[in-house]
Amino acid sequence: MSEKIKDRPGQSEMDRRDFLIRTAKMGVTVGVAAALGVFLHDPFGPRAPKEKPPVALPDFAVPRAGKKMAIATGADRIKTVNGAIQALGGMGSFVTKGDRVLIKVNGAFASPPSLCATTNPVLLAEVVRMCFLAGAATVAVTDNPINDPQSCFSLTGIAEAAKSSGAELILPEESLFTDMSAPGSQLIRDWPVFTGAFKGATKLIGMAPVKDHHRSGASMAMKNWYGFIGGRRNIFHQDIHTFIKDLAVMIKPTLVILDGTSTMVSNGPTGGSVSDLKQTNTMIVSTDQVAADSAGARLLGKTPRDLPFLVKAEQAGVGTSDFESLKPVRVTTG
Amino acid sequence: MRITIVRRITQAFFFALFLWFCICATPGQIFFRLRGWPVNWFLQLDPLVALGSILTTRTLYAGLLWAVATVALTALLGRFFCGWVCPFGALHHLVGWIGWRARSVRERTAVNRYRDTQRIKYYVLLVLLAPALGGLALHLADSSRVDPLGIAAALAILAIAVAASKRADAKLRRPLSLLAGLAVVWASAGWFLKLDGVASSALMTGFLDPIPLVYRSVNLLFLPLADSSVHLVFAAQRHYETAFLTATLFLGALFLNLAIPRFYCRFVCPLGALYGLLGRYALWRVGKKPGKCSQCGLCGSRCEGGCDPAGAIRISECVLCLNCLDTCNDHLMGYNTFRSASGETLSPDLSRRGFVTSALCAVVAVPMLRLDGKLGRNYDPALIRPPGSLAEPDFLDRCIRCGQCARVCPTNVIQPDTLREGLESLWTPALNMRAGTSGCQKNCTACGEICPTAAIRPLSLDEKLGLGSFSQSGPIRIGTAFVDRGRCLPWAMNRPCIVCQENCPVSPKAIYVKESFAEVRNGRLEAASVSGTTVTFSGPALRAHRFETGDFFAAVQSGSLSERRRIVSNSGNSLTLEAGVSPRLVTAAGGKFTLQIRLQAPVVDPDRCIGCGVCEHECPVSGRRAIRVSAEGESRSRKHSLLLK
Repeated sequence: MSEKIKDRPGQSEMDRRDFLIRTAKMGVTVGVAAALGVFLHDPFGPRAPKEKPPVALPDFAVPRAGKKMAIATGADRIKTVNGAIQALGGMGSFVTKGDRVLIKVNGAFASPPSLCATTNPVLLAEVVRMCFLAGAATVAVTDNPINDPQSCFSLTGIAEAAKSSGAELILPEESLFTDMSAPGSQLIRDWPVFTGAFKGATKLIGMAPVKDHHRSGASMAMKNWYGFIGGRRNIFHQDIHTFIKDLAVMIKPTLVILDGTSTMVSNGPTGGSVSDLKQTNTMIVSTDQVAADSAGARLLGKTPRDLPFLVKAEQAGVGTSDFESLKPVRVTTG
Repeated sequence: MRITIVRRITQAFFFALFLWFCICATPGQIFFRLRGWPVNWFLQLDPLVALGSILTTRTLYAGLLWAVATVALTALLGRFFCGWVCPFGALHHLVGWIGWRARSVRERTAVNRYRDTQRIKYYVLLVLLAPALGGLALHLADSSRVDPLGIAAALAILAIAVAASKRADAKLRRPLSLLAGLAVVWASAGWFLKLDGVASSALMTGFLDPIPLVYRSVNLLFLPLADSSVHLVFAAQRHYETAFLTATLFLGALFLNLAIPRFYCRFVCPLGALYGLLGRYALWRVGKKPGKCSQCGLCGSRCEGGCDPAGAIRISECVLCLNCLDTCNDHLMGYNTFRSASGETLSPDLSRRGFVTSALCAVVAVPMLRLDGKLGRNYDPALIRPPGSLAEPDFLDRCIRCGQCARVCPTNVIQPDTLREGLESLWTPALNMRAGTSGCQKNCTACGEICPTAAIRPLSLDEKLGLGSFSQSGPIRIGTAFVDRGRCLPWAMNRPCIVCQENCPVSPKAIYVKESFAEVRNGRLEAASVSGTTVTFSGPALRAHRFETGDFFAAVQSGSLSERRRIVSNSGNSLTLEAGVSPRLVTAAGGKFTLQIRLQAPVVDPDRCIGCGVCEHECPVSGRRAIRVSAEGESRSRKHSLLLK
């Protein structure tokens, strides 16, 4: 075969057979080129990218729980968090059998737990324990920290707390982020969101410490959702109040736990010294994140009026800044 | 079991061990993390690292003592390291074997013959070591100026060199006396030319020393590539600059095995050259037993070193692959204490001209490289060395470019440097705040802990942070952050931001803010009516909702009286304020309002800044950052100090 379709060297004249074979091959080449050209032809070139339609994240609120709140006073986080959650009917009224709970901690900085810049690991382990006790099938802990994730989770004690209590740690891998727009959001448009963390989750608990924050006035439960955002998210600091409101509109948690046992009153949100902390012995648990933050603001000596993001979130219908209207249950633990 | 099988198993073992050490060099708690694994072991075994740093620093740092064992074993056994231990050698061996296994005996015998050009590696060794030697000579000259002991030491070394050259065989005498002459030239150069920072030593061996080379190539190139889909070693994708150069050298060296097996080992490797010199008097060496040799030449067909085992075997070239023991049909080849029956050639074959040329080139190379003044007034302020790095000349005396600091750095902020400070900065560590996952972490001292030569000296956390007994000297600073007011959002564009202030990890923060209220563009309005908290305007329409962010204020002023209220919401022609303004003041001001934005502009307190670069990393001006760390104020150099202390 190969002998025949080759031009035979040394033979100057082409015979008919050679001519036909050569013509056929030429025809196939032209045909394939033409077919490919027509098939792949794109007369317009690439068009301007279109923004995708907004996608809502799941609503993790438990409807029958309604809006309620408890404030526990005491120095021992395990006692206060138990006291507060019991006052709200126990973890069982939020987490039921088979639930897959996602806990969003504040693990933003690679600093030790003693500096209270991040979610307290003892408190975290206790909340995970309570979730499992209430029948949770799985508990996952996550954040997209500011400093190097690995260093953050190990230095803050969060990784160890998660591991020892049986929770899974979800690291902010790039593949877990998707570009999306959130409904009702002014600023979260076509921006990477940590959607992979929500996969399969049926309940969401936010756990944040109360901290001073120079730009926004305070970093509490609502600002903690910043860790669900990816990309060069720092540009949102230009309009931080609107952004925090957007976060609160986008994320609908089952519960927020705002830890004001030691409040970072200065040098926030990084802290870095125990002298930045003030013992305030307060644990706030609420289904209403705006109410929780409004109560937390007091620990920093602020009112909702000093924190425009609270006013904005209230206007957007996320919750109430008049937290007393929820008739918070107050408990004192020894 | 055949001896070559034992050799292959040994090579595989050491190569696997090397890979294991590469995998383990991540801080962490699991067993395959850095928790006591001697990840620097191959570097510490390397006598070229030891010798180089002895010449430049006159000390042998910590684990480098291992090199003594290698030297002793080499003196006893010959180049066992090349054929049995070296991970780079094992790779060359493998690639060469793959490339040549199907060729005929004739072809293999031809390619594995000894070539005169194999002497190039001795010149390479000389060129890389001479600058370090220059430093020693210079030091002796320097101290002899003031110190009679120094004069005595210099004279003694000279005398020893002369005596050694007299005793040594003819071929060695010449290089030795030349070496002594070289030392004299350097010493006198140091005496006459007071070129501080120009005529000095440098440790250049790391460019081609196979152990640092294979460490940086595997750790900073292949491991990040191999790990990118599994993330067992690194939590996130690692990025390293100079990947192209690293890859070109490494892969180039590997592919050359297809032209000539063990090309790098035979022609380039300075460590192999050093072993060749050390192994000259080895007690055991490969050679022919007396007996009837059929002169088939098969012993040379699989010779890894190209050492001519059939003829007068070149002991300095023999890498102890022991393939000749296998291939000899007459069973004459052996590893013996006696001389080969067909003779031996001992010394590396260096011509006087070649020796002088390369030595002189190397000696002038350092002053020439440093004529650019990069070590003095013309230093590059963007070059930020890891915390604990020595002052630049001392740093360059020690850094072997192994890349271990860049490998271990948890945030990937330590990068192998490019050619920005000339050849000498290539592959040395430099911080790039944009490349990593964060800046230099406050509570981390990994780079100084791992550095095998103390170019980055080990710091305790107390010393790094300036705590405890170090509170007087303060924290280690690697530079100082400077705000670029032409790019900073609040400073240049009246946009709120202060991400840098938020993220500054120092307590109290090294970045504080200057608060001000700036008038927005076209922000002068005339009120048509004021009722309660709502002010209605005439004139051009405002963009609805634009001033609702919580950062905008409306101010009214008359004389010394003024009131400022936060804007809660706005429509095209009205503002709703947080609280009302006094009607009297509005009337007095003629209804004139100004729209203002509250700005917090970042200011660096150089007294507190440690140069960690977290601010630079987080700055939302993502291209050329609006706050950048610059080398001024770095602890390691008094010459770069910024503040009066």
